Amino acid sequence: MTPTTLFFLLCGLSLVAYAIGRRRALATGAASGGLKRLHSRPTYYGLLAALWCAIPALIVFAAWQAFETPLITELVVAELPESIRSLPESRLGLVVNDIRNLVAGNIVAGDIDPAMRQAAARYRSLQATSHAALAVIVLSVGGAGAFWVRQRISVRLRARNQVEAVINWGLIFCATLAIFVTIGIVMSVLYESIRFFQAVPVTEFLFGLKWSPQVAIRADQVGSSGAFGAVPVFAGTALISAIAMLVAVPIGLMSAIYLSEYAGRRFRAVAKPLIEILAGIPTVVYGYFAALTVAPFIRDNGALLGLDVSSESALAAGLVMGVMIIPFVSSLSDDVINAVPQALRDGAYGLGATRSETIRHVVIPAALPGIVGGVLLAVSRAIGETMIVVMAAGLAANLTANPLQAVTTVTVQIVTLLVGDQEFDSPKTLAAFALGLLLFVVTLILNLIALYVVRKYREQYE
Amino acid sequence: MINALDSRSARVVSQPPTRLGSREDLRTIGEATVANPKISCRHVDVFYGDKQAIFDVSLDIGNKEVIAMIGPSGCGKSTFLRCLNRMNDTIEGCRVTGAITLDGQNIYDEKQDVVPLRAQVGIVFQKPNPFPKSIWDNVAYGPKIHGLAETKAELEEIVETALQKAGLWEEVKDRLHQPGTGLSGGQQQRLCIARTIAVSPEVILMDEPCSALDPIATAKIEDLIDELRTQYSIVIVTHSMQQAARVSQRTAYFHLGYLIEVGRTQQIFTTPRHRLTEDYITGRFG
Repeated sequence: MTPTTLFFLLCGLSLVAYAIGRRRALATGAASGGLKRLHSRPTYYGLLAALWCAIPALIVFAAWQAFETPLITELVVAELPESIRSLPESRLGLVVNDIRNLVAGNIVAGDIDPAMRQAAARYRSLQATSHAALAVIVLSVGGAGAFWVRQRISVRLRARNQVEAVINWGLIFCATLAIFVTIGIVMSVLYESIRFFQAVPVTEFLFGLKWSPQVAIRADQVGSSGAFGAVPVFAGTALISAIAMLVAVPIGLMSAIYLSEYAGRRFRAVAKPLIEILAGIPTVVYGYFAALTVAPFIRDNGALLGLDVSSESALAAGLVMGVMIIPFVSSLSDDVINAVPQALRDGAYGLGATRSETIRHVVIPAALPGIVGGVLLAVSRAIGETMIVVMAAGLAANLTANPLQAVTTVTVQIVTLLVGDQEFDSPKTLAAFALGLLLFVVTLILNLIALYVVRKYREQYE
Repeated sequence: MINALDSRSARVVSQPPTRLGSREDLRTIGEATVANPKISCRHVDVFYGDKQAIFDVSLDIGNKEVIAMIGPSGCGKSTFLRCLNRMNDTIEGCRVTGAITLDGQNIYDEKQDVVPLRAQVGIVFQKPNPFPKSIWDNVAYGPKIHGLAETKAELEEIVETALQKAGLWEEVKDRLHQPGTGLSGGQQQRLCIARTIAVSPEVILMDEPCSALDPIATAKIEDLIDELRTQYSIVIVTHSMQQAARVSQRTAYFHLGYLIEVGRTQQIFTTPRHRLTEDYITGRFG
């Protein structure tokens, strides 16, 4: 029996356990004078039986799956001829891989000697035994769990409380899972970054003004020795994000104000979804829009004015990124502006304030925490945006504030450093992780500032 | 204007006769008009979309008097009140016909700007709604947007006077720069009154100003209304008949969108002439 079949069989068994538990509860209730005498609704007794059937069995199942392969491999290797066992570890790994390929029926490189064939047969038989044993154990654990609950069912069994406790633990598990995944991501980035910082000093990375990550991979290669100053890269990100925010914040905020305060109901019903469509356009599409339409347009018009515009200008990437972010700003601002109570507006109108005075002095200040939060969220989004800049921004790390020149961004550098075949012991590759770590820290700080601002204003206004 | 009222009344009277003041009769009885009115309303109808909320109401609001509007929930008193400074403009689909004049000027005239109108006719709402600003800014806001003060000192004086008139000065003078939302409910409501007074209106509309307040705060506001009467015309909508009797000189009783009876407060509460009024004030329904 394969593990997949076993898993579905276990699900079926829990369904049966549910039915048994529920019927037992109904019978117990009827025997002791009506369902009302039962502590919980019959469904809970069924659920309790199903949970006791499924959860212990699943734990056994998972543990078995985790230890099965290493154990079988160990056993098979122990029976291999001495000549193979004494091979160095990396070679032995290749042999084990060959055996596994034989077992799975894949094509094996090179000739197959009889010892290997024998080992594969041994592997296969061990695997079959293991699967059979697993099936027996899992199903009996499940059955035992269900039976145990069935025996305990009585009018006094607090089935609902027990089921709710299990659900509570399930919720806790889900909540912590996200946290642990975050920690895991940080650790993996941190690990590689530390290896990078062993090759390149932190101070050089943080304060160096030159970024040129090409290093010689072979000893005889003619190439630069590499310079890992992250300042130009982050300056490029900052420049493009700033242009994007200059586009997105005014347009987004004004459109939110128009939609929520001035527009008629019918216009709003049409316009709001249309704006939100902008958020649904894949960033790749924005990317070639920027690279093929906007950038040449800016370059040509710049040439008419006698300006020297690079064909991969920061302006083009920033403008398109700004358009992409508009719906974030406008949608979030629209929601918070709508959440401002009508009573506040009435108060201002009642004093003879005009509509624009009401919006500027009453509605916007009251909605400010939400607007600031939305804008900072959009900034994080702009800094982390990759596809548009990969396609429309340059690769050369120029340290400039001129939006008409080509700049590069953190995300672009990470992509170029990691695409293709890479050496993971070269600082060139590891630099990508250091950049990622720094980017993570920057967005984290931005989010913390956003939280702080929102909290501060909220205290003041509510 | 008065002639128009008379001709319309004549037409109403010529309809199939029901006994004046009987439960089926919805014609206004009592003294709806006064000599030298501040606001005068003639044949006002209000519609929300297709639904008519106010039917042919004609009523005068006298100079420096407190007029109370009472009636069961949904009878249109708040709707009528909000017509008097065109607050209904902010409600989509709301339409007002008839004539409402302030000092002889039709406020529903196309040329009438609502901004100065609302500065002249202030409003205090049922639920205190101070702006999320400091106490001082709350009161200074109106004078600022209307340019009532030339200098900072003048503005300071306006704010102080308004807070004093609203009876709040002593309680807040040491914390003028704390948020207005931090005050108690009754203080917030007096802050809203101060905010309204600060733009020196001529009429103050109050839409159940005490319904969210405890009895002590209510008593303070009622005392305040009594003092404000010397300088302003006040229209107050209230659910409390005791309150109407305590603070007002005239009382208007509304029923299902019709103005049923108007008269001296004492007369309304002691010898109502309309059966519906009598039913309401004796607690037969409401």
